[in-house]
Formats: sequence, structure tokens, C-alpha cells
Amino acid sequence: MSEALAIDVQGLTKRFGDKTVVDDFSMQVPRGKIYGFLGPNGSGKTTTIRMMCGLLKPDAGGGTALGHDIVHESREIKSRVGYMTQKFSLYGDLTVRENLTFMARLHALKNTKSVVNAALEEYALAPRANQLADTLSGGWKQRLALAAASMHDPGLLLLDEPTAGVDPKARRDFWDRIRVLARKGVTVLVSTHYMDEAVQCDNIAFIAYGRKLIDAPSADIPERVGLITWRIEGKGLQPIYDALHGADGVDQIARFGSALHVSGRDADRLERAIAPYRGQDGLIVEKAKTGLEEAFIWLMTGSEDNFQ
Amino acid sequence: MTSFSRILAIMGKEFIQMLRDRLTFGMMVGIPVMQLLLFGYAINTDPRHLPTLVEMGDNGPASRAITQAMETSEYFDLIGLTTSAEETESALQSGDVLFVVTIPPNFERDLLRGDRPQILLDADASDPVAAGAGAGAFPTLVQEALAPMLGEMHPPVETVIHRRFNPAGRTALNIVPGLLGVILTMTMAMMTSMALTREAERGTLETLLATPTRPHEVMIGKITPYVFVGSIQVAILLTGARLLFGVPFLGSPLAFLAAVSLFILVNLSLGFLFSTVARSQMQAMQMTFFIFLPSILLSGFMFPFAGMPAWAQTLGQALPTTHFIHAVRSIMLKGAGFQDVIHDIWPLAVIFAVIATLAMLRYRRTLD
Repeated sequence: MSEALAIDVQGLTKRFGDKTVVDDFSMQVPRGKIYGFLGPNGSGKTTTIRMMCGLLKPDAGGGTALGHDIVHESREIKSRVGYMTQKFSLYGDLTVRENLTFMARLHALKNTKSVVNAALEEYALAPRANQLADTLSGGWKQRLALAAASMHDPGLLLLDEPTAGVDPKARRDFWDRIRVLARKGVTVLVSTHYMDEAVQCDNIAFIAYGRKLIDAPSADIPERVGLITWRIEGKGLQPIYDALHGADGVDQIARFGSALHVSGRDADRLERAIAPYRGQDGLIVEKAKTGLEEAFIWLMTGSEDNFQ
Repeated sequence: MTSFSRILAIMGKEFIQMLRDRLTFGMMVGIPVMQLLLFGYAINTDPRHLPTLVEMGDNGPASRAITQAMETSEYFDLIGLTTSAEETESALQSGDVLFVVTIPPNFERDLLRGDRPQILLDADASDPVAAGAGAGAFPTLVQEALAPMLGEMHPPVETVIHRRFNPAGRTALNIVPGLLGVILTMTMAMMTSMALTREAERGTLETLLATPTRPHEVMIGKITPYVFVGSIQVAILLTGARLLFGVPFLGSPLAFLAAVSLFILVNLSLGFLFSTVARSQMQAMQMTFFIFLPSILLSGFMFPFAGMPAWAQTLGQALPTTHFIHAVRSIMLKGAGFQDVIHDIWPLAVIFAVIATLAMLRYRRTLD
């Protein structure tokens, strides 16, 4: 296959009852990229992913995944896509090995045994091969699920909040594995809530209330949002926080460790707002680069205003 | 300290959850209503209007007085005449009739001569309850029918009653083959419906649907193991029936095999159908129960089928258990062959086709 796009969907719309969960969603994911899919809870990420792999039929719109029509060729898609559900959904009463063997056979893989053994080795699951899946900890469950979703060498991985509720170390391991897969040429679409994970994505699409708000290379996102940020560092920040919160020109204020990040869209008004603190003893006030985190907090709050 | 408000809070929450689960709530109301109607109207432990054939060897006034009296008694419904012993035999074997009355040739002449002619009542006693009342009333009925003609002559006729298939009138003979139907209905439908609902409940259905697996592959793969379970149950019941209760197996094993296989398939696909409707294992179990109750009450398992009113019989005909129990009793107790039970086999096949089609149509390929 030589299409340049792993996912190419237009106008996807899904309604449950009278609630529009996904509204006119379009997206192009180039091959071999790690694409981050961000948005608050209930913004339609899971529904969108399910439509892309043929688990849900869109009410309107359509497109292709790996060159196959997502409405009419869902079987072809299912055999070439690895999908990891948000909730652990392998068989808790089967062992790790039994789960992998089962999935390998559903995908009609040849040499099931050696494929499963290879996956056990690759994901360091071998020592737990005979353990029941239910007795694994959260991190190991996710690792097993990723192994199960990638055993059939899918060209596209759809990961729905794969690291939710997993400890930081397990999350780092998990991302190492995602990058290994991406280097092999697998396209990855991963939804997440974590900023440190979003930063690792090549591109980011932000969705809220069923609509895509922004879709850009992750490095470009802060600029796209159009925020200017000042950083105030020093002691006794709480009174400053209280004073600046909601002040004219200040659109957003957030604490980052021992510093305040004060952001606004209007450079002049923002400068006027923080002017009283410049030059104060014990305070370092300087212009800073707007980071991804500020951008996302801004998008999150903004999206509520826009759609409520 | 007991807190009244906490108790109230839990009560309130419980009511809300109860009302949210529509199916469960429906069952709570539906099951008593169904029980009430079935027990009140359909079930009759003193069955009347049982189908009866008459072999008229003699057509004189005495014979006609007897048939007349049988009709009037309401125990017997004379549905036709028979001329050959073969016909009589197959009618009883297939269960089309419960009684055959044979009035011998020259009955009238022998009667008037005082030769005490014999009048024969063949009763299908495989269900002792069904045959019991009619057979019990028969001698008196004949005497009374003839009394006006003969005055006070001493017993002018000899009534002979043949309790066929179960001469000792043992209920076990009737119940045990019926149990086969009831147990298979219960376990097969329940096990499959729960096994499938479990996948939806635990979220593993999503994993299954995300693979290229086809619906019929899921259906065949999930159902086949339970065919084995069903076969084991059948083997246990048949062995127990023979060893513990001395229930005979007189008929064709091939016909039995056909009936059992088909019946297991019907119940498995029924379970599959339930699982496409039920949202939890609890609901799947309730739905099984909803079909299980009429299967016990209306199938002829507990109460004589022929004794139920017409509407209840029609309802019973729609239940696979009815046909299965009927076929298995004929095969085991009456020595029926394939030909004798074909009229029970084809309805099973029809029911299977309908349920399996519905189940396949309802099975979700997507999560919609």
C-alpha cells in the first residue's frame, strides 16, 4: 500500500438519540506519524475512534483508513488495524498467553505459537505468561492489551486513552513502545489527557464537544492559539495570583511549580496588568514562550465557553 | 446509631435502580400475571374433551347409546371412526388420540342374548393423569347408557380397559422423559444467553468486534461447546431414567437423536437471541425464566396437554418444549419411529429456523 494517508475522513457525524456526539469531523493522518488526539472527557474521542475502525457507523460523512472505506470495508480495516479500548477488554479469566493466542487465532495468523512467543518476549510478558489477566496490575494490563493489538502487525494503531490510570513509570515504558512501533512505520493515533504525552506526538488534534478545534504539528500549537505569556517567579505568589485572576488583559493564569504563568491575547493590556509587579524585589518577571500546557488549558476553558 | 435518613436514602436509591432496569421491572409485573393466567385458566388437572376414536363393529341402538353417553360425559371427544387395528395403533402411538373404543361385531345381538359381550377401551396411559379420569368413568358410563334399554339386568357388558404404554400407571414414566425437555430448555437457553451477555458486560465484545471475526463464526464458536454440555445432560438423564426408574426406551434411537439434536439447537439459538436483547447477565437469566415457565406449564410436562383449552394449546404449540416432550414420550414409552414423530420434528425445525434467523438479524456487527 502506498497511500500517503493512514486516515482520511471527512464530515464524520454521529448522533445518539438527539445528542450529537461527533459533529462534522474531518482529519488526515499521514503514514508513520504519532498523532495525538486530545480533548476533555465526553468530547467524542472514543466515538470518533470507533467510527474509524468500523465499530460504529457514522450518521453522515465517511472516509478511509489504510485506504479502505470505513463504512463498507470494515472487515478489511479490522484485519489491518490494531485497536486498544479505553477499558481493559481482554479476558480476565484467561492467562496472558491464552489471551494472546486467542487474539492471534481471531486474526488467523500463521504460526500462532511463535507469534505469541515473540510478543511475550517483546513486551517482557514471558514471566507472566501463565498468570490470569485479571490479576495483572494496571500497567501490565495495558502492556498486554498493546501486545494483543499489535500482534498482527497492523499498519495503524488506534489507542484510546491507553495510559489512563497507569503509574508514571509504566506510562513512560508504554510510550517507549509506541515510539518503537512508530519507527517501524506504524501510524499511531492515540488519545490522551496527559500533557507530557501530548508533547511526544508529531501532530495534535484537539476535539471538544464533538468538534475539532485545532489540528496542527505539536510545535505550532502554542503559536496557533495566539497567547502571550509572562512568567512571574518568586515568593509570595498567592496574593499576586488572586490580584491578577480575572484582571483586565489577563485571560489565563496558572501555577507551574514556583512560578505563575500569566497569559493573554492582547499584548498591551497584558503588559499593563503585570506592570505593577515588574521590578519588585524578589520577583523575577519575564516574557516566556507560551507552552503546550498553557495552550491546552486555554483550549479546554475556551471550548466550554464556545459550546455551552 | 440507626439513622432513619440513611435507610431512606438506600431505599430511595434501590427504587430508582429498580425502575431504571425496565426489563427487570417488566418481569416483576409480567411473571405474576403470566402465572395467574396460566394456572387459573390453562391448567386443568381433571382434563376433559380428550380426543377419542371409535371402532364400530356394530351399529345398533346400543352402540349408539354408548357413544352418545361418552360425548355427553364430556370426558371424550369422539373425533372419528377407525376400521383397522393398524390405524388404531398408530393413532395412539403418535398421540393424536388418547382413547380408542372398540365395540365388537354382533355387540347388540350378544347383549340382548345376555352373553355379556366385551367392550374395549384402549387408553394412552403414558400420562396417567390424562387418561385416568376418562378411563375411571368409562364402566359406569356404559352401564348407565344401556340401563334404559335393558332395565335392571345384571352387568350386561364387560368393560375391558387397556392402559397402554404404562399399565401400572406410574407417573415416573411420564415425568422422566418430560424432564429431558425441561432441563434442556432451562440450561441450554440460559447458558448461551449468559455466556454471550457476559462478553458485552465485561467489554470483551468490543475486542471481538474489532477483529475481522464474522457473526456466524461467533455464533457457531460460542454455541458448539454447549452442544456437548447438552449431550452429557441427555446421557445422564437417560442412564438415570433406566437405572433408577426403569423407564423403557422402546422406539427408534435415530428418531430420538434427531429430536434431541434439533431441540438442543433450538434452545441454543434461543439463548443467542436473548443475548442480543439482554444488556446484562441478570436480564438474560430473567428472559430465560420467562420462557421456562410456560415451557413447564403449557408443554404437557406437568399437566395434560389435551386437557387445556384451545387457546392454551395453540400457545403451547408455539413452544419447542411441547413438541420435544411429545416426541420423546412417543419414542421412549410407545416405541414410536421416525414416521410417528415427524409431526413433532417439523415444527421444531420451523421454530429453529425462525429463531436462528431472528438471532442473526439482531446480532450486532457494530457497537451501535
